Amino acid sequence: MAETLAYLWPEVTLFLATCVVMVVGLSPSAAVRRLCPLICGISLAAAGIFAIGTTPTGPEHTRSLMPSMLPYAKAIIAAVGILLVMLLAGTVDREEEANIEKGRTFDPLRLNSGEFYSFFLFSLTGLMLTASADTLIWLFLALELTSLPTYVMVTISTARSNAREAGVKYFFLGALGAAIFLYGFTLIYGGTGSVHLTEIRHAITTQMAGEGLNPITLAGILLAIIGIGFKIAAVPMHYYTADVYQGAATPVTAMLAFVPKTAGFLALMLVCSTIGWHYGESGAGLPDAVRLLLWVMAVMSMTLGNVLALLQTSMKRMLAYSSIAHSGYMLVGLIAGPGDTFTQSGLSAVLFYLLSYGVMSTGAFAVIASLERNPQRTHTGELAYDEADSIEAIRGLARTKPLLGWSLVICALSLLGFPLTIGFFGKLPLFTAGISAGEIGLVVILGLNSAIAAFYYLRLVAYPLFDEAGDEARAFNLTPMRTRPAVGALGAAGVVLMTVFAGPIARLAHNAVHPDSQGHVADDASNNTDEPVAAK
Amino acid sequence: MVLLLLIVIPLICAGLIVFNPREQAKYIAAGGSLVSVVFGVVALAAFNWSQGGMDQLTFTTPWVPALGLNFDIGADAVSLLLIALTILLGPICVIGSFTAVVENQKTFYAWLLILQSAMVGVFCARDLVLFYICFEFTLIPMYILIAMFGSSNRRKASTKFFLYTFTGSVIALAGFAYVAWQHSVFTGEWSFNMAALGETARALNASQQAWVLLALMAGFAVKVPLFPVHTWLPLAHTEAPTAGSVILAGVLLKLGTYGVYKFALPFAPAAVLDYAPFMAVLAIIGIVYAGLICWVQTDIKKLVAYSSVSHLGFCMLGLFAVNSVGVTGSVLYMISHGFSTGALFLMIGMMYERYHTRSMKEVSGLGSKMPVWSTFMVFFVMASVGLPGLNGFVSEIMCLFGTFQSGPWTGQAGVTPGATFGMLGPVFAAFAGTGMIVAAIYLLYMTGKIVWGPTREPDDHHAHEVLPTDLSAREIGVLLPLAAGCLVFGLYPAPLMKAVEAPVNDTVAYVQSLNTGDTGRVMVWTAAHEDDHGSDHNADHGDTHTDEHAQDEHSEDHSGEGH
Repeated sequence: MAETLAYLWPEVTLFLATCVVMVVGLSPSAAVRRLCPLICGISLAAAGIFAIGTTPTGPEHTRSLMPSMLPYAKAIIAAVGILLVMLLAGTVDREEEANIEKGRTFDPLRLNSGEFYSFFLFSLTGLMLTASADTLIWLFLALELTSLPTYVMVTISTARSNAREAGVKYFFLGALGAAIFLYGFTLIYGGTGSVHLTEIRHAITTQMAGEGLNPITLAGILLAIIGIGFKIAAVPMHYYTADVYQGAATPVTAMLAFVPKTAGFLALMLVCSTIGWHYGESGAGLPDAVRLLLWVMAVMSMTLGNVLALLQTSMKRMLAYSSIAHSGYMLVGLIAGPGDTFTQSGLSAVLFYLLSYGVMSTGAFAVIASLERNPQRTHTGELAYDEADSIEAIRGLARTKPLLGWSLVICALSLLGFPLTIGFFGKLPLFTAGISAGEIGLVVILGLNSAIAAFYYLRLVAYPLFDEAGDEARAFNLTPMRTRPAVGALGAAGVVLMTVFAGPIARLAHNAVHPDSQGHVADDASNNTDEPVAAK
Repeated sequence: MVLLLLIVIPLICAGLIVFNPREQAKYIAAGGSLVSVVFGVVALAAFNWSQGGMDQLTFTTPWVPALGLNFDIGADAVSLLLIALTILLGPICVIGSFTAVVENQKTFYAWLLILQSAMVGVFCARDLVLFYICFEFTLIPMYILIAMFGSSNRRKASTKFFLYTFTGSVIALAGFAYVAWQHSVFTGEWSFNMAALGETARALNASQQAWVLLALMAGFAVKVPLFPVHTWLPLAHTEAPTAGSVILAGVLLKLGTYGVYKFALPFAPAAVLDYAPFMAVLAIIGIVYAGLICWVQTDIKKLVAYSSVSHLGFCMLGLFAVNSVGVTGSVLYMISHGFSTGALFLMIGMMYERYHTRSMKEVSGLGSKMPVWSTFMVFFVMASVGLPGLNGFVSEIMCLFGTFQSGPWTGQAGVTPGATFGMLGPVFAAFAGTGMIVAAIYLLYMTGKIVWGPTREPDDHHAHEVLPTDLSAREIGVLLPLAAGCLVFGLYPAPLMKAVEAPVNDTVAYVQSLNTGDTGRVMVWTAAHEDDHGSDHNADHGDTHTDEHAQDEHSEDHSGEGH
């Protein structure tokens, strides 16, 4: 128990902060209430530091399959989490806070902000716990802890009625996803006789060496992957994405793009490593059925995501479909599996991509969240802030609001994977890892999809830069919440600056999944028929 | 180090432009590009022209070691000449835009300088990913220049330009990654070093090389542009601002041919041999088809744009002839086309500034109104047509000679008199040669109308507020270096040929030294020529030669001959 706890200081920190925030959010003093996001930020920073500083190294202390992944995974969660909390600050209770300022008496029942921030921290706690999971039950609970708060956050994020619709849709489909992977988990338990991931892997290895993989186990793994596909918004579990992303307030959408996706990929890595690769070693790939499933999910997600994104005129829907596509890209890394070097390891590529995607998509959403126009009363009489959504809103943005406009341009280029942004350095290892794993067809599809993506990302570049601001664009003003444009600028700066530090980040990402890698391990060239011929 | 300066100086100046008042933008840009020219001259002087290999003026520092990515630059003669072309066009574009660009000057000049940095980066990159980064990054400045400063249809043109090129180059990146992976399988090292990957790529078997070639051509053929994927070019050229067109025609298209020269030939020599006839057919279709399209244009700028498609076809043809004459001609063509077509776009820009139309139907007979402009126009048209004594002739005729002599490769030398190594032959040259005739027709037809035709001006024409009726001293100053270049290059091309000899021979040797015994073809050519660089055989084309002599001859005999 104590050994397990040694891994969990970041989670403990966040959980304590969750409790504090819930109380602080109910304080009668507005000044104290405003501390909530600050507490979230500080606790996240502390969690990140604890993750790097206190996580024991070496697999002997834990039954987790990938213990060395924890510092990196939790640190990037904390880093992107800080960006997200800056973006979320002030999202709920704007009207009520304004009324209290005008003299209305403080009524704790009317305020949601405490819950909102504590739910946010709960979700991130769940995300970190997902990384730490060593049993199926833990994994399930952690995944649900990640998702359950987001259902509420979507619903209360704005007074607009489509947020309610989005929340309900998200909840029911989320429950369906959870049911599917929980069913898968039970089958895995039935097929292997254990809930511990290490024991499951041992059992599966024994089965494969003996009379072959138990079909129940295999069915369990497949169902688990499909169910977790809901978290990463991969086809065929992507249905909710566009509606939910559009319905939620934009800061919450930004969170949805990063938090469940990261949880899903961490969980997928754990599930796949029970059946496929040995921890930190290349070699044994995934069984054909698993590989085929992931392959179909990857191709469908990339293609469907990008093609549907082409058709959108709403930026949030466009980014929602692009989020599906990005999940498809990362699935390529998952299929490629581990490898000796960073360039050959799909898993390090996924970990690297998660960080770059977190920064660039948060940056892009932050720019959109910074634009709003006159609030309107909903049918329930609440004040809803009309956020920028239609792509018309960003016409001429680089001229009217240069900082926002250029931030969006840079983030969009990065999402496209354009050189000199972190998106390029994220996509390149997916290319190389995919090719190293022999998945050349998949890599070509990935390349073609990047080209399709250029069509719609280019709109996010061209509209702000080249167009005159129309009537609709002029109606949108900068939001009074100044942290939002700051997040946009930070995201854009991060996207560019991280290219300078791409080397160290890549090394960390690689060591996270390959703790024993001693740099470049020479492959045996003799199993290749062609000797390199020194051509003149 | 000097190459690093050539990349950094424009970037610094672009930064200065951003933080200085609008009125100073053009002067900072002009100053910066002139300083680059000075350092360019230093680079040319410091260069040892007798060496091949991209190992001069190098600068290396690790960037993302985990990806095997280094910031690794260096130059050989071909890349240095193309860099020289790039930085020479720099001040010409900047100064040539002084009156044409009145709005958003800071944006314009800053991106023009950034574009220059990226192009220099492409030519001096010794790391595949660095090459790719620079190659791709040229898209953004050009995209912005076209979309913000172009004419009426600029948005469509810029988007099409971006999407075509981006799509192609992503596939090329997959090709690079494939080669890098093969390299890691062979050697256990993950690297994107160009020379190391070249070794690996050449060791691949023919079908693997064919895929590599296909992937690389997807990227480069779009940029050149080769026939079926050329459709972005006329639009982009026509809509781009003058400086954009000059850079586009002068340098950006050469990124494609440079890519073919630097990667396709050395990386996939076996596949190049297999697919050379196919590529040549595409190039010839481009030459003739684009030439015929030029014939019916009334928009002068579009005409010159299509003529680029036609001209670059010769360049590709020379490359796929894979003999020294053809490839040398091709390399010279890259430079020569930058001078003459760049100048033609400048001429058209100058006319457009005065008349606000590019249609031959609205403007004609400018010989009497603008004698100086007309003189330059005729001069550059002649250079473009390929009048002997001007630059176009030398390179174009070498490309055709190379094609003519290239093969048919029967495996035994001397079966066809005068034939050298290669897969093309007289038939290809004959078809391509018709392109020269068509070029003469459409260019002279255009000149005839616009210079000597009945004098006609648009109805609402009135004098420009700043510019005189004929060319101003600034405009003449911009054109003179290009004209001088065309003339010197045309009259005395020997030094240039000599300069590119070593690297071109290295590249050609990659293909010619193929030992393709495993594919069933007998390989008779050897790379024996390496020992006698610099000697001049002056051998007779008509003779039948022994294997090694034929090889020697064709690596050397073109230099110094007047043709």
